[in-house]
Amino acid sequence: MSRIEVRFAGFGGQGIGLMGRLVGEAVALHEKNKNSVMTQSYGPESRGGASSSDVVISEGEIDYPKATELDYFVVLSEEAYQKYIPKLKKGGILFVEEDLVRLDDQSKKAKEIYKIPATKIAESLGSKIFSNIAMLGFVCANSKDIVSEEALVKVMKKKIKARYVEKNLIAFQMGKEYKHEG
Amino acid sequence: MNEKTEIPNVRTGMHYTTGNHAAAEGALAAGCIFFGGYPITPSSEIAEHMSIRLPQIDGHFVQFEDEIASIAGLLGASWGGSKSMTATSGPGYSLMVENIGLGMMTETPCVIVNVQRGGPSTGLPTLVGQQDIMQTKWGSHGDYEPIALCPSSVQECFDLIITAFNFSEQYRLPVTFLMDETLGHMSERLIIPAKEKIKIVNRKKPTVPPEEYLPYKPDKDLVPPMATAGEGYNVMMTGLTHDERGYPVITAEAQELNVKRINDKIRLNKNKIIKLEEYMLEDAEIALISFGSTARATKGAVSRAREKGIKAGLLRLITIWPFPDERIETLADQVKVIMVPEINYGQITREVDRAVHGKTEVKGIFKLGGALHTPEEILNEIERRVK
Repeated sequence: MSRIEVRFAGFGGQGIGLMGRLVGEAVALHEKNKNSVMTQSYGPESRGGASSSDVVISEGEIDYPKATELDYFVVLSEEAYQKYIPKLKKGGILFVEEDLVRLDDQSKKAKEIYKIPATKIAESLGSKIFSNIAMLGFVCANSKDIVSEEALVKVMKKKIKARYVEKNLIAFQMGKEYKHEG
Repeated sequence: MNEKTEIPNVRTGMHYTTGNHAAAEGALAAGCIFFGGYPITPSSEIAEHMSIRLPQIDGHFVQFEDEIASIAGLLGASWGGSKSMTATSGPGYSLMVENIGLGMMTETPCVIVNVQRGGPSTGLPTLVGQQDIMQTKWGSHGDYEPIALCPSSVQECFDLIITAFNFSEQYRLPVTFLMDETLGHMSERLIIPAKEKIKIVNRKKPTVPPEEYLPYKPDKDLVPPMATAGEGYNVMMTGLTHDERGYPVITAEAQELNVKRINDKIRLNKNKIIKLEEYMLEDAEIALISFGSTARATKGAVSRAREKGIKAGLLRLITIWPFPDERIETLADQVKVIMVPEINYGQITREVDRAVHGKTEVKGIFKLGGALHTPEEILNEIERRVK
């Protein structure tokens, strides 16, 4: 397997950093023979405005730790979409929170586009804070080479605060089972 | 009810964590029980982590009023018998250099982590730099020989900070651990070995009774045994030139003995200190010399150059100081050019140029801070040179 680059992006408060940390750790500690490096936007731009976290995945040694050409772009806000869509590789795969992102012509270079109302799903569980995990379930179900459900669930149980684990796992399942139209 | 759950200083196992946290855990594994510092981006997570961990193992964490007091606190803690460290970035290191000199003159073991960001001055607080190479070498006045290590991965942040502590204890001097913002903030797998597998070096203690002890009388390795204040031995500390008793002696003769020895204890042992990684250098015609986060992209560029049939190789500096003059000179006999990617305007390039004695061409590939080189950028430079 060659190098795979994934970027999660949205606005501050959506739990974008957590998405990267969960996926990064699931790959590096619970998938066989895989390495990952996770970096996230840091500095004034991460305090409000567009926030992002990148996970680079490879079976070999990861030399350059940052993302350059995204294989996957998972986006939960309009601002982040506009800021980072140029980084998506031609033929890459795009995941969007359909109620928060308005797609334009720039999305045409994507080979596949998956849309999910992650915030609405989260709100049905009582709070929009679960939207990042609903999105992760959706990504997990519709991508082959990022991370397995098994690995991700292990890490969620370890990393998420005990009182939130149950609802997050439900959000993950709902995201996983969500079938988008078109 | 005084019983506490035993929380270990070595968190054996597999972790997914940042370079900053790995450095903090490595310091604890090395036996550090004192942290004194003043938070500064991009190093603050080290202080934060130590403020949580040190009380768990009966260590001490002090947030001082500034970096000048912090480094002074480190020296005092060390003389009190504690392995001590601080973590800062360029602007904080600038404030520390005066007392780093005091640490050199009083031969005080301690570790200073510098998570480099772009400078000069406040520069780029949140973005990567490698611009404090020469400051580490020449920051304080007078002649001294520093040791500085430069990790390239989260695992090395853990492993090499233990080496930094070991060198500081063995040779009795402040050792600088030169990280950078990228490494400090990126997460990777970290494997912490079992406690008994970790090699720890502690400072030599006096073997003579207190009345015979001279605090600056060296052994054959030029390093004097170090008594802890309060053990009954005379403990003398002064920044002034001193004799073996530690008494100030303001003469040219005392200066020759004192200053020559604190330099020679490193110079004469440099082959035991210098650490290098060599990658595809055996038949290389183009050598790249790199360090820290930049070395990762450089290694990628070397691999890609090889795929294109270009005979490139990498010499990675794991220790920056002392500088590996001899290895670079032999490399100069072998290759047509040495290229040096670094995130500054030519600090290591200048050292390499000095070390090759005109035997080969030296070409720097500079970025002035704020971003890493990509492997493609370095590969382009290699290909341009081949054409």
